Amino acid sequence: MQWEVVIGLEVHAQLSTESKIFSGASTAFGAAPNAQACAVDIALPGVLPVLNRGAVERAIKFGLAVGAKVARRSVFSRKNYFYPDLPKGYQISQFDLPVVLGGEISILVDGAEKKVRLTRAHLEEDAGKSLHEDFHGMTGIDLNRAGTPLLEIVSEPDMSSPLEAVAYAKELHSLVRYLDICDGNMQEGSFRCDANVSVRRPGAPLGTRREIKNLNSFRFLQQAIEYEIQWQIDTLENGGKIQQATVLFDSDKGETRAMRSKEEAHDYRYFPDPDLLPLEISEAWIEEVGKTLPELPQAKRSRYVSDFGLSAYDAGVLTSSKELAAYFEEVVSIYSDPKVCANWVMGEVNGWLNKAGIEIARCPISSRALAGLLNRIGDGTISGKIAKEVFEAMWNGEGEADAIIEAKGLKQISDSGALEKIVDEIISNNPSQVADYRAGRDKLFAFFVGQAMKATKGQANPAQLSEILKQKLAG
Amino acid sequence: MFNSSLKELSAQLADRKISSVELTGEFLKRVDALNPVLNAFITVDPEASLAQARIADAMIASGRAGPLTGIPVAQKDIFCAKDWLTTCGSKMLSNFVSPYDAHVIERFNAAGAVNLGKTNMDEFAMGSSNETSFFGPVKNPWDIKAVPGGSSGGSAAAVAARMAPAATGTDTGGSIRQPAALCGISGIKPTYGLVSRYGMIAFASSLDQGGPMAKSAEDLAILLDAMAGFDGRDSTSLERQPEDYAKDLERPLAGLRIGIPAEYFAEGLSLDVERAVQAAISEYQKLGATIVEVSLPNTRLSIPVYYVLAPAEASSNLSRYDGVRYGYRSANYKDLAEMYENSRAEGFGAEVKRRIMVGTYVLSHGYYDAYYMQAQKLRRLIAADFAGSFEKCDVIMGPTSPSTAFDLGEKGDDPVQMYLSDIYTIAVNLAGLPGMSIPVGFGDNGRPVGLQIIGNYFSEAKMLNVAHQYQKATDWHSRMPNI
Repeated sequence: MQWEVVIGLEVHAQLSTESKIFSGASTAFGAAPNAQACAVDIALPGVLPVLNRGAVERAIKFGLAVGAKVARRSVFSRKNYFYPDLPKGYQISQFDLPVVLGGEISILVDGAEKKVRLTRAHLEEDAGKSLHEDFHGMTGIDLNRAGTPLLEIVSEPDMSSPLEAVAYAKELHSLVRYLDICDGNMQEGSFRCDANVSVRRPGAPLGTRREIKNLNSFRFLQQAIEYEIQWQIDTLENGGKIQQATVLFDSDKGETRAMRSKEEAHDYRYFPDPDLLPLEISEAWIEEVGKTLPELPQAKRSRYVSDFGLSAYDAGVLTSSKELAAYFEEVVSIYSDPKVCANWVMGEVNGWLNKAGIEIARCPISSRALAGLLNRIGDGTISGKIAKEVFEAMWNGEGEADAIIEAKGLKQISDSGALEKIVDEIISNNPSQVADYRAGRDKLFAFFVGQAMKATKGQANPAQLSEILKQKLAG
Repeated sequence: MFNSSLKELSAQLADRKISSVELTGEFLKRVDALNPVLNAFITVDPEASLAQARIADAMIASGRAGPLTGIPVAQKDIFCAKDWLTTCGSKMLSNFVSPYDAHVIERFNAAGAVNLGKTNMDEFAMGSSNETSFFGPVKNPWDIKAVPGGSSGGSAAAVAARMAPAATGTDTGGSIRQPAALCGISGIKPTYGLVSRYGMIAFASSLDQGGPMAKSAEDLAILLDAMAGFDGRDSTSLERQPEDYAKDLERPLAGLRIGIPAEYFAEGLSLDVERAVQAAISEYQKLGATIVEVSLPNTRLSIPVYYVLAPAEASSNLSRYDGVRYGYRSANYKDLAEMYENSRAEGFGAEVKRRIMVGTYVLSHGYYDAYYMQAQKLRRLIAADFAGSFEKCDVIMGPTSPSTAFDLGEKGDDPVQMYLSDIYTIAVNLAGLPGMSIPVGFGDNGRPVGLQIIGNYFSEAKMLNVAHQYQKATDWHSRMPNI
């Protein structure tokens, strides 16, 4: 019997403000423990929060980008619970009146487009970190992260497979980076996912969900959801029941495990924070922020299809990150065959980047240098095959395309006299193959091409060579 | 000297008849002599005070003196002052030396005032008698069997006993006005948002407001000039043009409309207090004021509303005292939960724990709507009562407290009786209005009676004018206890 999977995601995106959401302390990653925790962050007696406008601006930007309603008035509330890395004993968050309401994100799965609706997005502060190692049975507290601004983005339970969930998370990840509101660094915890997962029989009401907390890579997100779905199905098929629970994903074992009920039995006692006035956002402010919105991935994708004639898939790959799209567009601006540019960026460039495990931002071949290489293919100086050799040399820092072609003597041989001479030699050195070919073994043509390429170290102009060979072999 | 006004002290400093070091030394001597009896100060640090006095003397010598330069001011121990023990009257903070200055302290420092010491108070400002202080109760200088009121009881007693020319207080439900009344001094709680709460340890954020306590309205005006003003570090601080609170002091009162709410003269008010308050109102009529009847029907709800909202906010505000980063930590725990439980059980006193529990309860799931939301609605009704009244009058007058100072221990076992002593003051905090208390006589037991003056938003200058004109015509404010 079939099972239907229902997934909703909550994503915590760390906003890229320089200072914290309610204090002036720096948000830079990697400082010595507690070096970036000011009086407000460590919750000394008497200190008060002051809202960072930059964080609000980023929330507005996000709201506009997903077609959501930006609330003219939203309220910060206190979420009360005790934990050593929560200095005030409450987290300032938004509860019943969030800053962003609704909106949607389009995802592409197996070539089909699907819309995932957003419930809301709200501003809140991050907690600090508890460090359990190296303290000889004690716990260390680092409050550098305490007060870092987060935008919690909550989706509707619109996803029905791990692949859709990952596609949504990736799309959101790309969007926040396009908007320049979050650096998206998942290893540093700038973009973290919680997944709500349940299963049901088709047509049945929603099943009981379990929430998988703190997934900080797309791979873990997929693995955790896959495991969780299987676990829930097995449990139900064995006559068990699903208890609502918060679970953690153990990436070493590839398993999810429920937290002790004590860890999650909270009554947060939310109430409006009396230290902060309601957040009022004027029409003018929204308009002002709207003017700073860049071209968004979806608009870019349609433009690549309509203006550049690319496939939807290629457009999707090229726009998957803001930096990759910018690189591609720079190449196209110099070498105006978008399809060739797309093939090279998606093929060689992406391939080498993946192999090296680096981002486009650190690509050793600049967009201008790649366009220079493509120009040499375009004007017939080198063949596509030689170009890959040149590309490798460029990757290894041997210089620009022209210099490498020159230094290695890779210029294509398009001199028909020279090519004819080479072909004549091959014909006279291989009489039996010539006879066989002339007797009807057409496949031997490739043998002659290979011989000619070998003789020219691959530099023969392929079209010209083919023409000459045909002529001469015909006798 | 001990009964001199701030203006007189300032003039003596300016004329070099006395230096700030000498003046501070004199007051420190008096603190030394009287504090063992009155327990008005938690911390005195003569070296730190005299160092400030020397700076003040240099300012005076170089002609950079203002009206508070060189004047010793006692600071309620709720204000964080850099390098000073700042306890908030609690065992929980009995070891907390503040690394920073509250806005109010910064303002006094900038004005060249001298921090004379940190005054005793009810623990975390929760109390009306100063009996909840971890550092022991303060005695009323008029009668050491009596409480000084609370929570700013140490400040009130210090000014009443002339141990300090002036002091600061904070007022969440009457904590400036009630002790001012019970100790026979003047005190004003400004409009909510006028004095920054930055560095003022929070009890109930939406109600807390700092203000000055002194012998006279004239002194209060000088102190308020220093304390009031916008502070970007407090999101509830109001951005307004600075005001000179002494500018209207000398304005005659002819034509002043005084609103008298019948609800403030009903059951529960002691006869002797009523008599003194009525006599003061008659005095105002002689000064040219007219009496208007006003009604504040929702005042009766103010105590239940307050005892939902204030504990709710307090339960959350006091969560930071967990023994993790600073303050008291129990020596006795096996795991994290025990560290929290024992630190808080041992670090907080009974009244604070009672309010944390009440606050936690009213915010908990299933009760929030019935208590917290309902109380917020009623809070608006209480404010609306005042708005209606101020269409008919310029200030509202009535008693500050239903009785004169009660005896130490008298209400200790009955929190509700204790809460009722703030019946006339609490509504003012709920509405965010300014309120003050001035001495207007004595009760049958020889203990002082206070008159409460409630003004409209930002009418502090008017209220001080109203109080000052009365103090020019009477001498209650310059009476000193015989101690």
